[in-house]
Amino acid sequence: MGSSPCTSMVSPARQLPSLRRLLTYCSVWLLVLFTIIAIATLPWTLSWMNIQQLDEAVRHGPAVAPVLSMDAMIHSSDGPPSAISGVLHNVSSCMGHDDLGRSLFLRLLPGFLISLGIGISAAGIAVVVGVLFGSIAALAGGKIDAAMMRVVDVLFSLPYVLTVILLKVALTRPLTALFGGESAVANLVILLVAISGVSWLTMARVVRGQVLSLREQPFVEASRAAGAGWLHILRRHIAPNLMGPITVYAALVVPQAIMQEAFLSFLGIGIQPPTPSLGRLATEGVEAVNTFVSYWWLIVFPCAALVLTLVALNFVGDALRDALDPKSSSASRTTSRSVR
Amino acid sequence: MIQKIIKRLLAGVATLLIVYAATFVMAVSIPGNPFQSGDRNMPAEAEQALRARYHMDNNWTFFTEYLAGAIRLDFGPAFTYSDWTCNQIIASALPVSMLIGLLAILIALIIGIPLGVVGAVRRDRLPDFVGLSIVILGISIPTFVTGTAALTLFCVYLKWLPVGGWGTVWHLPLPAITLSLPFIAYIARLTRTSMIGTLECDFIRTARAKGLPERVVIWKHALRVAFLPVLSYLGPATAQAMTGSFVVEKVFGIPGLGQHFVNAALNRDPGLILATVLVFSAMLIALNIVVDLLYGVVDPRIKAAV
Repeated sequence: MGSSPCTSMVSPARQLPSLRRLLTYCSVWLLVLFTIIAIATLPWTLSWMNIQQLDEAVRHGPAVAPVLSMDAMIHSSDGPPSAISGVLHNVSSCMGHDDLGRSLFLRLLPGFLISLGIGISAAGIAVVVGVLFGSIAALAGGKIDAAMMRVVDVLFSLPYVLTVILLKVALTRPLTALFGGESAVANLVILLVAISGVSWLTMARVVRGQVLSLREQPFVEASRAAGAGWLHILRRHIAPNLMGPITVYAALVVPQAIMQEAFLSFLGIGIQPPTPSLGRLATEGVEAVNTFVSYWWLIVFPCAALVLTLVALNFVGDALRDALDPKSSSASRTTSRSVR
Repeated sequence: MIQKIIKRLLAGVATLLIVYAATFVMAVSIPGNPFQSGDRNMPAEAEQALRARYHMDNNWTFFTEYLAGAIRLDFGPAFTYSDWTCNQIIASALPVSMLIGLLAILIALIIGIPLGVVGAVRRDRLPDFVGLSIVILGISIPTFVTGTAALTLFCVYLKWLPVGGWGTVWHLPLPAITLSLPFIAYIARLTRTSMIGTLECDFIRTARAKGLPERVVIWKHALRVAFLPVLSYLGPATAQAMTGSFVVEKVFGIPGLGQHFVNAALNRDPGLILATVLVFSAMLIALNIVVDLLYGVVDPRIKAAV
């Protein structure tokens, strides 16, 4: 963890997260993010509950015509056809189809939601495990602390790819059995556990460091001198001050996890084929590259969606760090490993 | 000084042992083994004989035998690559990965540090915003996207460079640049943050008060101190870059070490898993010691830190 090379006179006391600052920094990207989410959830908003059915309808329409007949849409949706469905339909035709004739646009929508879901759940798991592990280590102190942190150190020094793959390989059989052969669900859960199995490490380190330094702060000492109990200090002084760093790191785990899922999909061990995710779709596009025929839409649209999502999430995370955690240096970020 | 280095080396050996044990437990406890390839399995007797040959019938003897071999730097056979020993695989793949990794780190330093310094000096202005955008793009675009895009543009359409493969100087730039992008981002970010902190220090004010030109104050006085966090990041980063990247190797068709990390784990090949992990960890530990030594060179105040 890097700290300022010279002592700063700025008080480390609680600084209110300035919402205005946050909004000025990342309003554009929040808008982008919400727009993508709104578009991705449109099939549900318009109550075309069954995206598979819709996909079938699009696929079996007259494939050559640039705009497919509206009949297919009307038959597959419960609600009345609207102007929005017409526009979406046109967009879907313009974005093209993959090698099995599936509409790329209709696969991108759930793909985005699945990727985002993986990111958010991985962040949730990382927060729960990391915060528990880090704070227990810091509060226990002494030998327990040392032993717990050595575990983190060893896990850190193993190559990232290997840890994820081993976790995934090890978990596949027991978890598939646990879910009674529901391999799609089991696959998602395994993926989540494998990804968050490495992202909680950074969180544990950050939380431990934060708790250790908070414990020595004058205001905690003052509270203790005033006769406050252990639980009171934890609840009133330690926990509120932990919220900032935890939020910041959780926000950074989301794009990281999406990136890791894309990487695992590239290895062929991410989301299993019928289910789309941004990484899976981008990989399919990359694999379709050849020197004879250009299927440019298969690579351009999924990659653009993936990059746009990650850029938006990273900008929001960065702005969150600026607003909530002004004293933290991004040196601590180097402890999180990038997927290459 | 020398005593301290020896102490660090001994601690490193202990860490390697722990990493070895942890990896061993993981490699042995995963279901499946290299002798079962799926559809065509060898007879049980043959598998038993092979296991006995490589001391794999008993986990404990495998543990000790492999360790004894590893101490002599002999990592045994790679079960899933017939006719190859782990040593041969590492000897052929590691130099390739090290070359590309070193180039990538050099590129990252040459581009990342000026980017960070300019971002810190022109804080919250246009250059800072441009720098931040480059950083975020660097960490946001997956390597397989940048790699494929670079390959398509420079090799297929413009035909400036050969498409994939290995052997000439012209095969180097694209993989090295692709690999360096995330490192550029991290180094630029680190430099910016630490530079902002350093520019508020008293000795910078003194240097300015002496009438030194701003160029000298920033690039000689401030950067020397601001470089320290980057230096400590360089240890793990260089180890990571020099052990290869699966994605870059697959996109550009390079015979590097990164693919073996992935394939060994996917093939459940315990010998190769242990060999690759030990190489990576040894490199990580060695580079961390080097970084700590360099710390004293860059900032004489912390000579005792080693």
